[in-house]
Amino acid sequence: MANINRGKLKLYMGYAAGVGKTYKMLEDAQAYKSQGIDVVIGYFEPHGRQTTIEKTEGLETVPRAKVQYRGSLFEEMDTDAILARRPQLCLVDEFAHTNVPGCSRTKRWEDIEILRNAGIDVLTTMNIQHLESLNDQVWQIAGVRVRETIPDWVVQQADDVVIIDLTPRALLNRLERGVIYDREKVERALQNFFRESTLVALRELALRETAHELEHRAIKDEAAVTPKSSDQKQAKDHRILLLVTADPNTAMLIRRAKRVADFLGAECFAAAINNPGDLNGMTYQDREAIERHLNFARNMRIETRMLEGSDPAQTLMDFAHENHITQIFLARTRKRSYSLFWQAGLLQKIVRLARKMQVVIVSEHEPATE
Amino acid sequence: MRREIRRKTPDELLHEINPRNADLEGFLKIFLGYASGVGKSFRMLDEARRRKERGQDVIVGAVQPRVSPEVQRLLDKLEVMPLKTYSAGMAMDIEGIIRRRPAICIIDGLAYKNPPGLRNPTRWQDAQELVNAGIKVIGSVNIQYVEELRQQVEDITGKHVTETVPLSFIKSADEIEIVDAPPEEPIERSPEQQTKIETRQRQLSVLRELALILAADVVDYQLNDYLERHGIRQSFGAQERILVCITPRANAREMIEMARIIAERFHAEMTIAYVKQEGLSADDQAALEEKLALARSTVAQIEILDGEDAVEAILDYANSHAVTQLFIGHTQSIRGWPWSDPVEKLISRSHGMDLRIFPQ
Repeated sequence: MANINRGKLKLYMGYAAGVGKTYKMLEDAQAYKSQGIDVVIGYFEPHGRQTTIEKTEGLETVPRAKVQYRGSLFEEMDTDAILARRPQLCLVDEFAHTNVPGCSRTKRWEDIEILRNAGIDVLTTMNIQHLESLNDQVWQIAGVRVRETIPDWVVQQADDVVIIDLTPRALLNRLERGVIYDREKVERALQNFFRESTLVALRELALRETAHELEHRAIKDEAAVTPKSSDQKQAKDHRILLLVTADPNTAMLIRRAKRVADFLGAECFAAAINNPGDLNGMTYQDREAIERHLNFARNMRIETRMLEGSDPAQTLMDFAHENHITQIFLARTRKRSYSLFWQAGLLQKIVRLARKMQVVIVSEHEPATE
Repeated sequence: MRREIRRKTPDELLHEINPRNADLEGFLKIFLGYASGVGKSFRMLDEARRRKERGQDVIVGAVQPRVSPEVQRLLDKLEVMPLKTYSAGMAMDIEGIIRRRPAICIIDGLAYKNPPGLRNPTRWQDAQELVNAGIKVIGSVNIQYVEELRQQVEDITGKHVTETVPLSFIKSADEIEIVDAPPEEPIERSPEQQTKIETRQRQLSVLRELALILAADVVDYQLNDYLERHGIRQSFGAQERILVCITPRANAREMIEMARIIAERFHAEMTIAYVKQEGLSADDQAALEEKLALARSTVAQIEILDGEDAVEAILDYANSHAVTQLFIGHTQSIRGWPWSDPVEKLISRSHGMDLRIFPQ
């Protein structure tokens, strides 16, 4: 594992903008500073919120780096400058942020990794809707596809996760008083993430996820005495295999299967099937989609395989048997279009063949409508 | 009136249409903490201060006997109704508060017992009375004082408490806010300090988890309430709900065991159902009874579904109860027409939920 001097990471989790994540992080930073700890602000997003800005008073800020992209100037965290400054503790807002192209690293969480590897403790913030494995549920709740996501395993690296809770009504009051966004943005915000039902549901997700993060840490800790040891053994015996296809629902399948695997502590594999005899069976687009899905699975830390065989269902089952798979995850296809027809047949065939293991057919969840 | 409705199950809520009017009725907000010293009192009184500054008529009905200097500074800015001395001891002055009729009353330590002989044995019942009298109550409690969690917390902390608040009271709250700020510990510390802190933090993290799940359950209640009031039929799926469908031939043990593990890990709700069938053989009837006995030994809710078409009955139940995971057993025979096979039918029709098919 990582070196013993690796910096610690504390994550302030919220369910929407304006619940007070950054405020609480700054408040804690002030407390650390008064204990004599050398604190700097690595990246802070003020959003024009006065009470939050006041909390930065007396804290040193490392100036941001300027990055040229397509003729415009962007500002990002200056990781090198922070490393040179070598504080004990660094504050970095917005864990899930994607850097502008041209930076050394694509994602802010990668910059945070660099800081931690240099022995710097980090405080950071994120909202629940950016967690990769909840992407489909968030879409169902808010009707919005969140593009900027952070893999679950990265969040699991945090040493501590704290939820910043606020009732949705109080949050809506803040929004209406103009504390969170400018007037003109309020209307737009109320359309999606800030509808009361959405907020209540996201809050529930955040509470459950934070509880899960705590539980995950307790299970990881061998020394912890938990009464769940027998279950853990049983759950650990499970091995999950998911079938990667060109179907767009594969991304959802990967998220869902990985989430179940994580919750069960089970191993997770993803396999795609190539039929070498079927020369004109797969289009270039399909091939590319499969490659993209396999890559996505790898980013989620799932072991991937490209299997070859003329009978896809049988090929998958052979792999499952050889690898002692206990659960197969398949996606329900999105459309009943002709091009996907063979795949619907494949699903039935796998269900019929897999009579010794559990088969889970994952469905897309439609967003709720009022 | 509304308070009674709130104690009903989400199922019953579905049949209820009752728009709230928060201005006319009482209102209950609870700050939930997982240990003493996490800052509940401060957060609650800080909210009281903000409300007072916005012109609301706030009084403090009860505070802890000893408070920190920060809390005292907040109390200095607020109107505090002192506890009343009765012959057997001190308690909140509930008559005095009702006479004073504030818009909002702050009550710290909802689990406190009142001295014997008063009309309410506990402080949370006093709070309930104020809510019923149309006063908005903002109170606080630690999860160790929640009756239903008491034993679990005791196993973790080794501390026994005798004063409790029932879960139903917490669930009746209009709003719940969790105070989840782990006590700040210095980052640099000696190895001995480190071990002690780690042990305590392990305990605290289990308590935090309990508190978060409790808060999530209350929020789920509120979500159902909201969806109902706004006529939204669709589930948001923030709460996982498992429906296990058993038949006489199903491998019920494996299905129930898996459901139990998943329910525990996802903090999911679990229901075990079977569809009534006419003309079961004596063997099948006995097998079914055995499976139902197993089902009853779990915490799951048991449902007996009725319907001419088993697939329809299952889907109706699943759709109307916001099921997110449906567990079924494989059919025995692989012969027969695909479209007459219930598993095939469920595969093609169980939209919006995950379908888990178990080996026979």
